[in-house]
Amino acid sequence: MRFARGFLRFWYDFLVGDDWKIAAAVGVVLAVGAGIVLSGSYDDHVLTALLALGVAAAFTTALLIDVRRSGR
Amino acid sequence: MWSASYEATRSEVTVGSSAVWSLGIATFAAALVEMVEALTIVLAMGMTRSWRSTLWGVAAALVALAAFTTVAGYALTSWLPEAALQLVIGGLLLVFGLQWLRKAILRSSGRKALHDEAAIFAEQETEARSASSQVRLGLDWFSFVVSFKGVFLEGVEVVFIVITFGLNAGNVPVAVAGAVAAVVVVLALAVVLRTPLTRVPENTLKYGVGLLLATFGTFWSIEGLGIFSSDGESLAWAGGDLVLLVLLVGWLVLSRVLIAILRVPTAASRDASLEPSEV
Repeated sequence: MRFARGFLRFWYDFLVGDDWKIAAAVGVVLAVGAGIVLSGSYDDHVLTALLALGVAAAFTTALLIDVRRSGR
Repeated sequence: MWSASYEATRSEVTVGSSAVWSLGIATFAAALVEMVEALTIVLAMGMTRSWRSTLWGVAAALVALAAFTTVAGYALTSWLPEAALQLVIGGLLLVFGLQWLRKAILRSSGRKALHDEAAIFAEQETEARSASSQVRLGLDWFSFVVSFKGVFLEGVEVVFIVITFGLNAGNVPVAVAGAVAAVVVVLALAVVLRTPLTRVPENTLKYGVGLLLATFGTFWSIEGLGIFSSDGESLAWAGGDLVLLVLLVGWLVLSRVLIAILRVPTAASRDASLEPSEV
């Protein structure tokens, strides 16, 4: 049990890291992108550019939330 | 070992020589940073507890790393189609890169303490001195376990970066060479200096590697979303591989803007900005 907990903890730390909001931000943007691709109505060049902007916006939001919380 | 299937799946995404250089530099810098951190732990255990047990811990970690590399490399190249491979490893690189970038931004803006190997070494040394002596398999168990964990944890990240960068750039040998060069440099310096490598500009290196990981991670993860299209082909960026440069500049500009916005005023700059009546 202790080994399993340690094993899961290791992979959580490795994959998610210090701030879960970053992983969540990336996951949300990629999930939205996957939904648009599944719908079939998109242009490659426009979608890739918009998703890149989405990643940048999501990262900025996660960081600002972090700073705002730690500033309180 | 996985070269045949990897050549077959990666032929269409091989990138130019500038990307090959970026690849070598990225894996060198990433491995350098991680190995410096692992070295600090190993030195602290060896110097305060037992060199024999510490080095057994390092050896066991290297064996575990080799096994992990084999399994992860085989699984990634054998089971996943090209677009899925880009999505999975691009997504992970993006998360790693943004975590590194987050720390770099917080450190540069004064909101997080700079990474300090000397302080970490002192902390590890104190812990090693106060830990109980437990002997298992003829080894000092504390120094064995701590050095194993230190080398394995730092090493897994390097292995992952090497595999993902190498496969996606279509050049595993360059990625491996970059990481091996870093290990050789760190080991050589450790043997000569016999102290933690406090002069390695880790914070700057982490910032640079964070930018590269975020750039390549953004590129590959979004390309890989094509796995959900009707033909399962990768999405195409406008400008192809050249967009990597645009993404790199974009992440650099965004990080500089965030550092400027979030910067915590120092005591000196606060005093200088106050009006005379406020002093």
